[in-house]
Amino acid sequence: MSWWFLIFGKLSYGAFPFTYSIIATMAAGMVVLGFIATVGLITVMGKWTYLWTEWFTSVDHKKIGIMYVIIAMVMLLRAVIEANMMRLQQSMSYDSPGYLPPDHFSQLFTTHGTIMVFFMGMPFLIGIINFAMPLQIGARDVSFPVMNSVSLGMTFGGAALMMASLCLGKFSTGGWSGYPPYTEATFQPGVGPDYWIWALTLSGISTTMTGINFAVTIYKKRCPGMTLFRMPLFTWTALCTSILMIFAMPPLTVVTTMLALDRYLGMHFFTNAAGGDMMNFVNLFWLFGHPEVYILILPAFGVYSEVVANFSGKKLYGYKSLVLATMCIAVLSFTVWLHHFFTMGQSGMVNAFYGVSTMLIGIPTGVKIFDWILTMFQGRVRLQTPMLYAIAFIVLFTIGGTSGIILANPGIDYQVHNSLFLVAHFHNVLIPGTLFGMLAAYHYWFPKAFGFRLDERWGRLAVACWTVGFMMAFFPLYALGLLGMPRREVEYFNPAYQPWTIIAELGALVIMAGIGCLFIQIVVSIRRRAQNSVPVGDPWNGRTLEWSVRAPAPEYNFAVIPTVDSVDAWHARKERGEAYRVEPQYFDILLPKNSALGPVIGVGGAAAAFGLVWHIWWLVIVAMLVIIGAVIARGFVTDSERVIPAEEVRRQEVAWLGTVRRTPPVPRDKETAESNEGLAEVQAA
Amino acid sequence: MSATGLRHPGLNLGPAHGDAHEAAEEIVFGFWVFLMSDLVLFSAIFATFATMVDATAGGPDGHTLFDFKSAAIETGALLLSSFTFGMASVSMKHGRETRSVALWLGVTLLLAFVFLGLEINDFLSMLAKGGSPERSGFLSAVWLLVATHGTHVTFGCLWIVVMLIQVLKLGLTSDVKLRLLRLALFWHFLDIVWVGIFSFVYLRGLA
Repeated sequence: MSWWFLIFGKLSYGAFPFTYSIIATMAAGMVVLGFIATVGLITVMGKWTYLWTEWFTSVDHKKIGIMYVIIAMVMLLRAVIEANMMRLQQSMSYDSPGYLPPDHFSQLFTTHGTIMVFFMGMPFLIGIINFAMPLQIGARDVSFPVMNSVSLGMTFGGAALMMASLCLGKFSTGGWSGYPPYTEATFQPGVGPDYWIWALTLSGISTTMTGINFAVTIYKKRCPGMTLFRMPLFTWTALCTSILMIFAMPPLTVVTTMLALDRYLGMHFFTNAAGGDMMNFVNLFWLFGHPEVYILILPAFGVYSEVVANFSGKKLYGYKSLVLATMCIAVLSFTVWLHHFFTMGQSGMVNAFYGVSTMLIGIPTGVKIFDWILTMFQGRVRLQTPMLYAIAFIVLFTIGGTSGIILANPGIDYQVHNSLFLVAHFHNVLIPGTLFGMLAAYHYWFPKAFGFRLDERWGRLAVACWTVGFMMAFFPLYALGLLGMPRREVEYFNPAYQPWTIIAELGALVIMAGIGCLFIQIVVSIRRRAQNSVPVGDPWNGRTLEWSVRAPAPEYNFAVIPTVDSVDAWHARKERGEAYRVEPQYFDILLPKNSALGPVIGVGGAAAAFGLVWHIWWLVIVAMLVIIGAVIARGFVTDSERVIPAEEVRRQEVAWLGTVRRTPPVPRDKETAESNEGLAEVQAA
Repeated sequence: MSATGLRHPGLNLGPAHGDAHEAAEEIVFGFWVFLMSDLVLFSAIFATFATMVDATAGGPDGHTLFDFKSAAIETGALLLSSFTFGMASVSMKHGRETRSVALWLGVTLLLAFVFLGLEINDFLSMLAKGGSPERSGFLSAVWLLVATHGTHVTFGCLWIVVMLIQVLKLGLTSDVKLRLLRLALFWHFLDIVWVGIFSFVYLRGLA
């Protein structure tokens, strides 16, 4: 064993992308430049101490939520660029090799899927839940704030590993679901599947902890009077998603571990020979993978429920039926995983069972769609950006859901499985569903997080680009699938495909313009933050508790923990004229102190994973020891809380209530005007 | 959500100590939820083992590899360690001295070492008989299942060591008691998982 291997493992000159591909070199260059620019900018502005004390070590659920969303947006940008590269390739690869070599194309669809599911969708929804859910239930933080920070650290570690894979070595070519035996060492001896395995493992463990954290918070930290059936619907969906995380993430951890054992130690879980059985992988993976779909979609359903009720100026229609539908979906999600592989040789009876159970999910989902429509019915609908996302969602998601019902029929599935029809279907539910939902949530709660509204004009333009771009990019894929074009094709020879692939490529460009709009929107909004500020904190005439505190929300959330006696507690309080009152007495507030445990475990986890990928064993051992040592050291910290004195709380609250008195209430037709400073005009009931 | 409804019944954090009870409720409930998740993890491995029982690929099977006496002693040691941990919990609840808690934790740790020592010995003898994990799918599943449990026990041992230090250094503070309570849950949980492994891997393999 050479000294090189001892120090650098399998890393070698050939790992650098400029040794094999100009396109990969450019991608790596973007990552490196982006990294240098970010680090340089922070250094020049002298913000390292600020970031460390105020953000990285913070255990405040709101800040952790915001950091999650930032990770999600950076990863969204990368994955959308990758999508554009693939669309461009297919638009020019009729009877031609195009501009991407097959190997690179395969890496692109693998990273695109892996990122969109694990490092865009999950961090986005976890970030939004983190930010909004404790505020909605009248809590000061989640149950385990430090563990929350550790979860963030590990998700960051996984995302960093995905970025590292652009710069060193090649990623897996096995797709986001990583089916063996193709991902076994026999067929992919390089580091690609290892990157995939360890990035997913970090994300999986992080998400398990998040699920536990959220579920316990919702069960145990609700404010007095908030019974389960008084919780806002978004909190309900957060609860269901958390339960799914608790039960569905362990199979992923198990299955990636087994694949790792096959690859590293030559075991035979999924190999072709010596008793391995790849069907075990497929079953376990989708035992995780299908609930995962609902982990992604349920919080979006919750966001739409809040947004539709709020911007229709009505209470949510069929609250209880929505709760029951959510629970039904959560339970049914564990009974349908086999529909991901109807064609892999089970008996007709087995396929029929899973086909029927899959179709059953259409029922509670249909209930939800009707509830949202009926919420709008006879309401005074205000077409603000989040509401536009919601309306686009209702139409497009119904189409996507219908194509899902089509696919749920095993007979039809035999015809279209592994074709672009499937790709069209799941993008049709995940983009208008999850992504639009998260963008709506971003727009809706942004004022609560930062104290000013996002620019409405660029927001609407973004909705338009995303919606039109989505339809142009993915509706052609239905046609292509029915024409027989398989998914993941780097080159094809049927001239009938090309017109559709060109339309899809144009759609991808429109989506890119949507990303551009979001970017311009944030720049414009920051510039005009003084004009668009909403210090009172209730810019949308909200109904739930998060709108009862100032914007940006104070670190202690609620000066005095509220007591509620109905659904839409804040709305009820406003109607009774009991909003914005000085409390008779303020108390000292105990908050958890900052902790470096999260960043330490995040960096340690990323280092251990990187060491595992490249067989740098000393790094793995050191990183694991650091992680274990940090956890033990944390156990000896006895002084983990700090006090905000009652007097300080009173000072802040009185100052804010003074602002409230001076602020003119704004009617709903002036909602997007500069005069909206966050105090809603309310007609007493 | 009355305050009494939140209380955890198994705790002794001092009489009428409402705040501590409320905090305990949240923390202990969280740990139960974690155990539930961990049990799903073990179930997935058990299920894999179940599908691979016959995938010996011409290699050795349970009859050749397993040693009933060793597995039985391991089981006895682990079950006994659960009892001794129970004694630690009892002395935490009723005793006044930290010493007896530490003593029972120490006994538990020793029994865990007996268990781990025998398990490592089992592994070595399996290797000697050609039962390495890369021999067959069956053996991969056996090794993963038993070693996952063994890793849990190892980390449990580390946790016991840390708690011994905390009990002796910090005394039986509310924090320490809560940690002991969770460690106890973890320890009994590992016992239950082992009963599954003993029954389905060893007894079935030797039957």
